Amino acid sequence: MQFPREELFAPGHRGCAGCGAAIVARLVLKAAGKDTICVVPTGCLEVMTTPYPETSWRVPWIHVAFENAAAVASGVESAIKALKRKRGKFANKKINVIAIGGDGGTADIGFQALSGAMERGHNILYIMYDNEAYMNTGIQRSSSTPFMAATTTSPAGSKIKGEDRPKKDVAMIMAAHGIPYVATACISYPEDFMRKVKKALSIEGPKFIQVLQPCTTGWGYPPHKTIEIGRLAVETGIFPLYEIENGEFRITYKPSKRKPVKEYIRMQKRYRHLTDEDIERIQRYIDEKCKLLGL
Amino acid sequence: MCEVKVITGTSAAAEAARLADVDVIAAYPITPQTTCVEKLAEFVANGELDAEYVKVESEHSALSVCIGAAATGARTFTATASQGLALMHEVLFIASGMRLPIVMMVANRALSAPINIWNDHQDSIAQRDTGWIQIYVEDNQETLDSIIQAYKIAENDDVLLPVMVCLDGFILTHTVEPVTIPKAERVREFLGVYEPKHAYLDPDRPITQGPVGVPDCYMETRKQIEDAMERSKKVIKEVNEEFSEWFKRKYGNGLVEAYNLENADTVLVAMGTVCGTIKDVIDELKKEGKEVGLLRIRTYRPFPKEDVKELLKDAENIAVLDKNISFGFNKGALGIEMASILKNKKICNYIVGLGGRDIRIEDIKTIINDVEKSEDDKTAWIGLKE
Repeated sequence: MQFPREELFAPGHRGCAGCGAAIVARLVLKAAGKDTICVVPTGCLEVMTTPYPETSWRVPWIHVAFENAAAVASGVESAIKALKRKRGKFANKKINVIAIGGDGGTADIGFQALSGAMERGHNILYIMYDNEAYMNTGIQRSSSTPFMAATTTSPAGSKIKGEDRPKKDVAMIMAAHGIPYVATACISYPEDFMRKVKKALSIEGPKFIQVLQPCTTGWGYPPHKTIEIGRLAVETGIFPLYEIENGEFRITYKPSKRKPVKEYIRMQKRYRHLTDEDIERIQRYIDEKCKLLGL
Repeated sequence: MCEVKVITGTSAAAEAARLADVDVIAAYPITPQTTCVEKLAEFVANGELDAEYVKVESEHSALSVCIGAAATGARTFTATASQGLALMHEVLFIASGMRLPIVMMVANRALSAPINIWNDHQDSIAQRDTGWIQIYVEDNQETLDSIIQAYKIAENDDVLLPVMVCLDGFILTHTVEPVTIPKAERVREFLGVYEPKHAYLDPDRPITQGPVGVPDCYMETRKQIEDAMERSKKVIKEVNEEFSEWFKRKYGNGLVEAYNLENADTVLVAMGTVCGTIKDVIDELKKEGKEVGLLRIRTYRPFPKEDVKELLKDAENIAVLDKNISFGFNKGALGIEMASILKNKKICNYIVGLGGRDIRIEDIKTIINDVEKSEDDKTAWIGLKE
C-alpha cells in the first residue's frame, strides 16, 4: 500500500517523547489527504498541537469543547452539504470530515454527542484515540481504562487494586448503531490503520474507528517502547483488530499464536501492583473475549 | 406585496429564519420554544426553506452544530429556552469567543427548581456575560423583525458576535398576533448572502480555529469582544434605521425605546412584553392628566449606558422592573445596572412576574405609586402572595 511522503501533521508539536496520539494524527492525515477538515475536542491532541500562534495542522482544523466534537463535526458536514447545494461552494470537492477525540472526550463526556451524530447518519469519520485514561489532566480513569490498571483516580491501594471495572467496549456500541463501518486499529500496525481510515472515508455515512495508542506517561514505560507495547496489546489478544462493514464482522489481524498477557502487563507501571494470580485472572478474561471473537 | 399572517411568536421567529435563508438549523425541542423548531421542520419538509435541519440530541449539541456550521461559513439558526439555554452555557462563550455570527431565538422561561415552564427572564439574564448580544422584544412583529436584524448585526465585520433574540415565553410564543411577513426576496436583498471574510474552514486555505489561548494572548481576545460589543451599539442603531427604510418599521433607536419620557418625573424601566402593559397604563394616566414615562431596554447587551444616562437625566422617580433576581443581593440585573449608571438618583427595583406570575395593570399602578412616595432606593417584590 502506497502512502504519501507529504506530512500534513507538522513534525513540531508539544507531545511527550514517544506520544502515540501524535502518531495517530500523522497516520490519519497521511491516509486522508489534504481535502480534510479535522475536529478535535479538548484533550492531549488539541493542547499539544495548537498553542496559539503555533499549529501542527496543515489541514483546516477546529476545536470547540471537550464533549461536542461529534456535534461540531455534524455542523461542519451539514454546512458543507448546504453550501455545496445552495451556493456551489467547495465545488466538486469531496471533503473528509474527521473528528479525532480521546477516550475521555469520546467514551465518556462526548458519548451522547457521538451517539447522536452516528444515529443521525452524518457523513463523518469519528476516530477515538484510545490511551485508556484522561492523560491530559494527569492520568485519571475513563470508562475505557482496563480492569486493574492503576490511574490517579483508580490507584492501586491496599484495599482496591486499581480500576475495578472492565474496559467499556465503545466500538461494539458504535456497531450497535447500525452504522456502515466500525473498526479497531492500533498505531503499531500503521498500514492496517491507514487502510481502515481510507476505507472508512470511501464509505458514505457515519464511520467509527477506535485506535489504540499506548501512552508512555500514563502507562509507565520508556518512550521508545510505544510501538512495541501496542504490538503486544494486539498479539496478546487484549486489543483485537477487526472491522465491521455493513454489519459483517471480520478479524483483520490474527496472531498466529496469542502471546500471554503477562508479557504486555509486566512492561507497564500501571500494572506493577498485580500479582501473578491477578494476571492469571486477566488472562482468563481475555481468553474468554478472544474465544467470542474467534481469535 | 407583504403578507399579514396571524401567528405566534415562535412562528414569527421561524418565518424570520426562513426569510433569512439560513443554511443550517440545529433543533432540539423545549417548551415554550418547540413550535418554532416544528415550524422550521415543516418549511424544510415542504421545500419552502433550503437548509440542513439537524435533529440534535441536546441543546449543548444544538449550539455545537451551529458553531461547526458557522465556522464552515454557513448562516445558522437555533432556538431554545430555560434549561436548554442553561445547558448551552459553556458553548455560548465559545460561540462569541470564536466570533461566530450565530442567531438564536430564546423563549424566556423560568429556571428549575421547582420546574416551571412559564415566563421570566432568569434564563437569558444568567447568560449575560457570555459575549452574546441580547435583544428583548415586545411583540411578535418585533420578534420577526429582530431576528432579521440580528443577522445583519451579527454578520457585520465590526461586530461578528452571536445574537440571541429573547421573547417572553407563552406571552408571545403561544399568543397569536397579526404579523407582517416581508417578501423573502426583499429580506434576502436586505441581508445579502453571508460571505464570511474572517476565519472559516476550507481545505484550500487551511487554518486552525479554536487553539489554546495562552496567557500571552487570552486577555486580548476578551478585550476584542468587549470592543466589538461597544461597536455593535452603532451598528444596531444603523440596522434599525436601515430596516425602517426597507420595511417601514423601527424600534426606538434600536437600543432603547422611549415612551412618553418628556415631562415625566416618574419613569419605569423594563424589558419585553411587560412594556406593552406599562404603555397602556401610561396612556390611561395621561388621560387623567398624569405623566409617566417608560424607557424600554431593547438590547440588554450591549447595554445602552449613554442613552440611559441621557434619557433619564431629568427623571426623579425611577422604577426598574426585573423578571429575574440576583439571590443574595435582592435586586434584579437591570436594577443593579441602572444603579451603577445613574448616580445620585432614586432608583427603586421591583421584582415582578417570576415563573409566569401575572403582572396586572394594578401592579404597574402600585409600582408607580410606590416609587413616587419612596424616599430612597429600595427593592420590592410585586405580586407575592401573603
